Amino acid sequence: MNAIALSPFDLAVAALLIFALAGLSVRMQLGVERQLLVSAARSTVQLLLIGLVLKVLFDNAHVVWVALMSIVMLAVAGREVMVRQKHRLAGWWGLGVGTLSMFVSSFAVTVLALVLVVGTTPWYAPQYAIPLLGMVLGNTMNGISLGLDRLTQEATQKRQVIETRLALGQSWSRAISDSRREAIRVGMIPIINSMAAAGIVSLPGMMTGQILAGSPPVEAVKYQILVMFLIAGGTGFGTMVAVTIAARRLFDVRQRLRLDRLKPTGN
Amino acid sequence: MPSLRICQLVTRHVGPIELSIGAGECVCISGASGSGKSLLLRALADIDPHQGEIYLDDLACSGIPAPQWRSAVALVMAESQWWSECVRDHFDNAGQEGRLEQLGLPGKAMDWEMARCSTGEKQRLSLLRTLAQSPSALLLDEPTGNLDEGSTRRVEALLDEYRQQRQAALLWVSHDERQIERVAQRSFVLRDGKLEQQMGRS
Repeated sequence: MNAIALSPFDLAVAALLIFALAGLSVRMQLGVERQLLVSAARSTVQLLLIGLVLKVLFDNAHVVWVALMSIVMLAVAGREVMVRQKHRLAGWWGLGVGTLSMFVSSFAVTVLALVLVVGTTPWYAPQYAIPLLGMVLGNTMNGISLGLDRLTQEATQKRQVIETRLALGQSWSRAISDSRREAIRVGMIPIINSMAAAGIVSLPGMMTGQILAGSPPVEAVKYQILVMFLIAGGTGFGTMVAVTIAARRLFDVRQRLRLDRLKPTGN
Repeated sequence: MPSLRICQLVTRHVGPIELSIGAGECVCISGASGSGKSLLLRALADIDPHQGEIYLDDLACSGIPAPQWRSAVALVMAESQWWSECVRDHFDNAGQEGRLEQLGLPGKAMDWEMARCSTGEKQRLSLLRTLAQSPSALLLDEPTGNLDEGSTRRVEALLDEYRQQRQAALLWVSHDERQIERVAQRSFVLRDGKLEQQMGRS
């Protein structure tokens, strides 16, 4: 049942694909060869490092180390959400809204799964906790950054409509309701699509990995279903929380639309 | 008998402004573009941050929730905005048919799609949308800016009727001097952030 171990030579063969692609990019003047090589190198180094970190973590399964690791993952995801915004909330809000919503949804969903569903002992067993959190966090991060980006973009573009609705005596939440609904919908589309296509169009990465590593397909499928549901829950609740907090923040105590609370990031 | 009283109002480069508009009175403001007429109206509707206070009778703007203030002191913006496909979706209250006809629009205009309305039709509909909420004071930003002579007169007549029936206070931004003479009891020019009286009792 053990997987065939990969040698560095095996990986080098796969890396040839990247070099070939970079070569073609130079030839066709696409200009993406640098980005391609840098991100391939980054992913190699980052994954090797995380492999080492996980090995140490698995050997020393202490709740403090697991918590520390989770916090680092959360902080990086929070920063990632912030830098992906075209217009983001100024000050600590830019970092805080995404990070807080990810914390609320991803951590709650992961702990729920560990305690109630998988039932590991101890509940923070890093072999389960870290990969599950990573998958939920990664997807929630995508949902939240898509949702927030759409919300701030809508508020900027539909400023006059929102202000007209305010002038008609509507509350802030009614005035921005269309944009908020659209933002939450946009944030949830990727996971809804991937659930709908799972197994027919695409074999999800986690399940594929487990099968390659020698798990029986039906066991792999069960874990994939669990992970899909966790991701959907984490993404959906996280996006709702983030978009709702951000929408509130766009208005002041007198329910005025305050686009001066956004700052353009120039990309 | 609602009167609108503006005390030491400052917003961006406009102010300090002192002005009282009596119940059932219409005051016109004109001024070069960029002089801050729209900014003044936006501050009065509490849509822009401002210093100073505005009173509707004894009710202070800062003393009541903002949506309640904006329902009572209603701003009609120069450029009308719409967020739904059908005209009717933008009205909270039914029964606007009488006013539609007064403005030269057919009674079934409520069932029109927004996409087929002209700029002038939208401007009249946006005025109706605000009047349907029965505000005590009206802040009008060039309410006849996109209208021909006939429609302009109809809008003036409707607003005049509304002002007298409801004893509403009207603050009307207009560029047209003859219109100002027709509708206003007093008029001011906004210049360098200050109001200078042009016409009427001081």
